[in-house]
Amino acid sequence: MEGPVKFVYEVDGENFTSAGEASISIKKNLRLLGYNPNIIRRVAIAMYEGEINMVIHAGGGRATVYIYPDRVEMILEDNGPGIADIELAMSEGYSTAPDKIRNLGFGAGMGLPNMKKNTDEMKIESVLGKGTTITMIVKT
Amino acid sequence: MIISKVAELLDAKVCVGEDRLSDEVSSACGSDMMSDVLAYVKNQAVLLTGLVNPQVVRTAEMMDMRCIVFVRSKIPSDSMLELAKECGIVVMTTKKRMYEACGILYSNGLVSLEKEEEE
Repeated sequence: MEGPVKFVYEVDGENFTSAGEASISIKKNLRLLGYNPNIIRRVAIAMYEGEINMVIHAGGGRATVYIYPDRVEMILEDNGPGIADIELAMSEGYSTAPDKIRNLGFGAGMGLPNMKKNTDEMKIESVLGKGTTITMIVKT
Repeated sequence: MIISKVAELLDAKVCVGEDRLSDEVSSACGSDMMSDVLAYVKNQAVLLTGLVNPQVVRTAEMMDMRCIVFVRSKIPSDSMLELAKECGIVVMTTKKRMYEACGILYSNGLVSLEKEEEE
C-alpha cells in the first residue's frame, strides 16, 4: 500500500505577514489532488488558525501534513510557552493575544474552538515552558 | 449579482481582478475582525473590510471568497494585490464607509447567507 503524501512547513514566528503560507500551499495541493471543496476549506481554516496561533504565541513552529486517501492529518508543533489551562484556552472568546495582534484583525479567542469545529479529531498536548503539539484530523 | 455591479453600486475602483468582473456573487459579509470571519462566515463570496494587511487576503482565500472591498478609501499594498491576483480574488476600494457600503449591497439583493437559508 502506498504511504501518505507528506508536507512539512517551517512557520516563521518573526513574520506575521507570512503567516498562512503553509495553509495556502496545502489548499492548492488538496485542490490538485481533487478533494471536495468543503473538506479543503475545513483543512485550510483549521491549519490557518493553527499557523496564526504559532506566530502569535509561540514564535513559530513546524507544520507537518499527511494526506491519506481517507483523511488529512495536520501536526502543528512549537517550542513556545505551552498552554497552562487547555480547557480555558478552548473556550470561545478567551484570548491572551496582545493588542497589536488584535489590531491586525486576530486574537478574538476563536482560534482553538474554530480548529476543533472544522476538524473531526483534535488533540492538544502541551508542556509549560516546552511547547505545544496539536494534532488534527479531517476525514475526507 | 456580478462583481462589476458591486463596483458600480459602491462607486469603487477595481485594483486587481478586472478579468473576473463578470463572475457571479450572491452573498457578502462585513468585518474588520478576521478571527470572526474565519469562525462565523459561511459561503459568503464578498468581504467588506476596513482592515488592511495581507492576512485579509489570506483569510478571504481560506474562505473561498471571490471579492474583497476595502471601505473608507483604504489602499491595499502592492504585495497584498499580488497575493490577491495569485489567488484569483477581485480587490476594489471604495470611499464609502462600512455601514453604508453594506447597506447599499444588501438593499440591492446581495444578502447574508442566513437570509438565503431562510428562503
